[in-house]
Amino acid sequence: MGMTATTETRAHSAVKDKGLGFGGPRPNGNGGRRGPNGGDDSGGTGYEGAQFRIGAWVLVAAVLMFFVAFTSAYMFRASMSDFVVLKLPRLLWLSTTLILVSSVTFEVARRAQRRGDDAIYRLWLAVSLALGCGFLVSQLLAWRQLVAQGVYFPTNPFSSFFYLLTGLHGIHLLGGILGLVYLLWRALRDARELRELRESATKKRRALTDAVGLYWHFMDGLWVYLFALLLFWR
Amino acid sequence: MSEAVPVPEAHADVEHHAAHHHGPPTSFIRKYIFSIDHKVIGIQYLLLALFSVFVGLIMSVLMRMNLTWPDHKWPLLGSLFKVGAPGGQMSPEFYLSLVTMHGTIMVFFVLTTAPQGGFGNYFLPIQIGAEDMAFPVLNMLSFWITFVGLVVLVSAIFVEGSAAFSVSINPNSAIAKWVAKYLEGGGSGTVGPIGGWTGYPTLSALGKIAGPGQGAGVTLWITSIAIFCVASLLGALNFITTLLNMRTRGMALMRMPLTCWSWFTTAILALLSFPVLLAGGILLLLDRHAGTSFFIPGGLVVSDKLLTSHAGGSPILWQHLFWFFGHPEVYIAILPGMGATSHILSTFARKPIFGYRAMVFAMFAIGLLGFFVWGHHMFISGMSPYSGMAFSVLTLSIGVPSAIKTFNWLGTLWGARIRFTVPMLFAIGFVSLFVAGGITGLVLGQTSLDLSMHDTYFVLGHFHLVMGVAAIFGMFAGMYFWFPKMFGRMMNQTLGYIHFWPTFIGVYAIFIPMHVMGLVGMPRRYASFAEYQFLTKTHPLVMLVTIAAIITAFTQLIFLFNFFWSIFKGPKASDNPWEATTLEWTTTTPPPHDNFGGKLPTVYRGAYEFAVPDAPDDYVMQTTPDATEANVAADGDGHTGQGSTGNGHDGHH
Amino acid sequence: MGRVFGALLWLITILTVWMFVSKKWWLPPAITEHGPAYDRQFLVTIIIVGIAFAGAQIALGYMLWRYGARRDSSRGIYSHGNNRVEMLCTAVTAVVFITMALFGQRVWAQLHFHEAPPGSAQVHVVAQQFQWNFQYPGADNIFGRTDPAKIKDAELNFVGLDDADPAAKDDQVVTTLVMPAGRDVELTMTSKDVTHDIWVPELRFKQDVVPGMNIKVHFKPVKTGRFELACAELCGQLHYKMKSYLIVLPEADYDALLRLPQAQFQARITELNKQPLGLPGEQY
Repeated sequence: MGMTATTETRAHSAVKDKGLGFGGPRPNGNGGRRGPNGGDDSGGTGYEGAQFRIGAWVLVAAVLMFFVAFTSAYMFRASMSDFVVLKLPRLLWLSTTLILVSSVTFEVARRAQRRGDDAIYRLWLAVSLALGCGFLVSQLLAWRQLVAQGVYFPTNPFSSFFYLLTGLHGIHLLGGILGLVYLLWRALRDARELRELRESATKKRRALTDAVGLYWHFMDGLWVYLFALLLFWR
Repeated sequence: MSEAVPVPEAHADVEHHAAHHHGPPTSFIRKYIFSIDHKVIGIQYLLLALFSVFVGLIMSVLMRMNLTWPDHKWPLLGSLFKVGAPGGQMSPEFYLSLVTMHGTIMVFFVLTTAPQGGFGNYFLPIQIGAEDMAFPVLNMLSFWITFVGLVVLVSAIFVEGSAAFSVSINPNSAIAKWVAKYLEGGGSGTVGPIGGWTGYPTLSALGKIAGPGQGAGVTLWITSIAIFCVASLLGALNFITTLLNMRTRGMALMRMPLTCWSWFTTAILALLSFPVLLAGGILLLLDRHAGTSFFIPGGLVVSDKLLTSHAGGSPILWQHLFWFFGHPEVYIAILPGMGATSHILSTFARKPIFGYRAMVFAMFAIGLLGFFVWGHHMFISGMSPYSGMAFSVLTLSIGVPSAIKTFNWLGTLWGARIRFTVPMLFAIGFVSLFVAGGITGLVLGQTSLDLSMHDTYFVLGHFHLVMGVAAIFGMFAGMYFWFPKMFGRMMNQTLGYIHFWPTFIGVYAIFIPMHVMGLVGMPRRYASFAEYQFLTKTHPLVMLVTIAAIITAFTQLIFLFNFFWSIFKGPKASDNPWEATTLEWTTTTPPPHDNFGGKLPTVYRGAYEFAVPDAPDDYVMQTTPDATEANVAADGDGHTGQGSTGNGHDGHH
Repeated sequence: MGRVFGALLWLITILTVWMFVSKKWWLPPAITEHGPAYDRQFLVTIIIVGIAFAGAQIALGYMLWRYGARRDSSRGIYSHGNNRVEMLCTAVTAVVFITMALFGQRVWAQLHFHEAPPGSAQVHVVAQQFQWNFQYPGADNIFGRTDPAKIKDAELNFVGLDDADPAAKDDQVVTTLVMPAGRDVELTMTSKDVTHDIWVPELRFKQDVVPGMNIKVHFKPVKTGRFELACAELCGQLHYKMKSYLIVLPEADYDALLRLPQAQFQARITELNKQPLGLPGEQY
């Protein structure tokens, strides 16, 4: 392990080196901080689930760009003369409440998992899942209300965008629901089989929860943004 | 530390294995078809691109023949394409569908897949010292989704010309009805799709009423692009996560090979630009099939019929969405080529890369600026002339990081000891072509000059040189360079030289004359130039370009032969045949299933340590410990206790 | 091999430069007021670009010529770069490129940043697959009302002129673009179906003609003659045949033409279309 210590001090001196040219017979360094072995030399392969957290952030960036594209198309289209804004169904407020609460319940679950309180974790995970499904049902009912009023997808640009944005958000949220189902399924399986997890596996579980959580909160925030856009951008 | 915890049950460990330690599969299907090994997937991508590039190449030769000998009848063509080339003479709609397919296949399925999906997939994990990608299953999915995209795209050119789609399934089934509705009841009886790779509405949005080649083919074309977007996004997600998470001990960011930087930058560009194209594609499909009006304005009279079903949309909106993707796409095509070129130049110049940091920053600057210049494709589109000015200044400033890269390549060669291997020739060719093609961007990027040059052959010459053949040269360089590592055998060097010289001269003979044709005013996407007298003086050049194109195209068969012949018959390659420094050359040839035989390497230095004074060889591997330590113990492996340090290095003592 | 490659690069450079310098294939003569400014900007740009191109290729060729591997197994220069050279090169290119970008806006600004002066000749352009329609206001100098619903190609009402409007009575719609020399011309352009692009190389001007938009552009032709007019944006099957002609007349002839009644107007256009292409005395 003495090796590790020397490499790290040398890495610092390497950073101080100036100049565009880089390389040379450098002192050793340990730049791969997240690299395999995570600083211990046991030869294990503990990536410790970091890829799930990073992957979730990257996924969020991609989904964000997707909706940025649609909303800039919306703003572009809204600036044209024939744009008419419709009254949105009140049910959307219920949807908004449901998904906001689901974020809170998910956070409760996540913290319970951190504490190792698995029963509480499972309970609040299930509640979040139910709220998420409730959101989707509420959104579908809102669609049906509009259809009942004779507002269809191609009726006018606003209705097109309304169905499109809510629909695409719903599809992406469905991905989040699948994530929740997966977490719940694993948690239940662990409970049933009375598993005692290795530390690395626990870390992986937590990383997965963090990843799903990030996506879930993002879906929540995304909905609030879309709702605000549809309400106020005219 | 995990060893210390008592493990009553090994399930979690098994899962872990599934993610990163998947053992070598035994069945043929899991090993070669639905493989989750990044190396197999990389080769799958390369083969897909190889197929696509030859399809695209044949299309371009057909187009040139039609332009040069418009009245000649080609019996073979006539019997192959009864609808598109009746009697052996190409119809204008067939020509335009070739234009569309050539562009789409080349941009998406060659320039985007081969450098990134192919070489990136294969070598990014190895060069950073990882066992595989972060999400191997996702990796497999992104390849197979790409494959589906290609199948859908190729089918686009067939559905229009025949009723093939309606005969294969029971026409009364619900699926058949849905498909028929989606494809507007099948083809339009001619060929298609027609729209160019840019697919501007309203031409692409109106459907069959807008003329031949606007029916089912266009629908499939958009569908294919949407599928491709999804595949690229999954790929990009994987690349970014892998690079950030899985670098081995010692592989600091600033020690990575420039190839890794280029794949990383490219993945970021893909991640942020493909969602926008996907969004645009969805809107376009909705306009075609759901009666919405995102891109279709009201009051249109098409084929003498007033359209009442649409109102208020804007065709310009598509152009914004498309080019917001489309410009970064140009860099998605060329950046990996820059990475490979830097890598190979340094290796065969036997010199460290000149200005490593500047290269990294320049790459990021190009990528970043690439997101703010999409408007230079739209100066004359009807967009605000004021925004055109801003786009213009930003566009020309991309020239600065591009120039930095060129200086540094020249600097790398300065005072070098160049080994003129085949990959080196292609890498030098890349530099030459990148300069030749990129520099005319300074003409096209000026709003004023674009007034005349827009959509002429000047543009064709410019982008074919820079993002077309320069990028292809990057791929050739990479292929000749990495072939021994991938297949365990060397490619034939003599055939490589015979491939290089006519190709290099040929591409100049094809694309430089296109610039001056553009000066005369030749518009692109014309099925024939016979209508216009002002183009008469370009006819000798048209002939020159076509002959050069045919020769160059046939030269590529040498490569094809060399590629397949060498896979089976080439001389066996050693672990480090080029005496290169990076991690892929420390492992065996070809690498084992987990890349490093169970022990990940440790990295001690930057990627380009050539010509180090006092070092025993003129290159020092990234895994070679410091000289002092190496002197203490001749066997560096035992000293560090890290395992495979200097695997390949040892092979050369 | 390095010497062969180096020499080849120099040869390619010479041939490339010759292609431009020989002027065998160059821009056709300009006929608009902004034409000479355009040509000057183009020439300056292409010279700078040419110097940069040739410089880089010659330098690359020199490296290949000079720095091939040697028998004595000596090593190359162990250098990771040079900050000062790097900075200098960056600064020089940045200054040159940005300056060029700024100068490159002049003609653009001249054409786009102000309205057409009063008294400009007015032409409405209505593009369709695969034909150009040009509408002239006639003697009253007022454009008649048009309505897409009234468009009927079979009845030769290509732009949908509304007969109920008295101003429409003397409007002329032909497939040839006619302009006066020495007076600003304002084109108001739209398309019936898909995006087209009006392109006359001699005008040094190009503009997409977009359905659903009325795009106004203006410029000032200064030389008379007859020129080919092409579509420069892919518009479908017969895109390559969407051809028309631009005829620039002396001002007085143009005014006289506009006063002609419909039948004579058409006949006059047919007659004008008989003149050879190009500037008078400078045919292609």
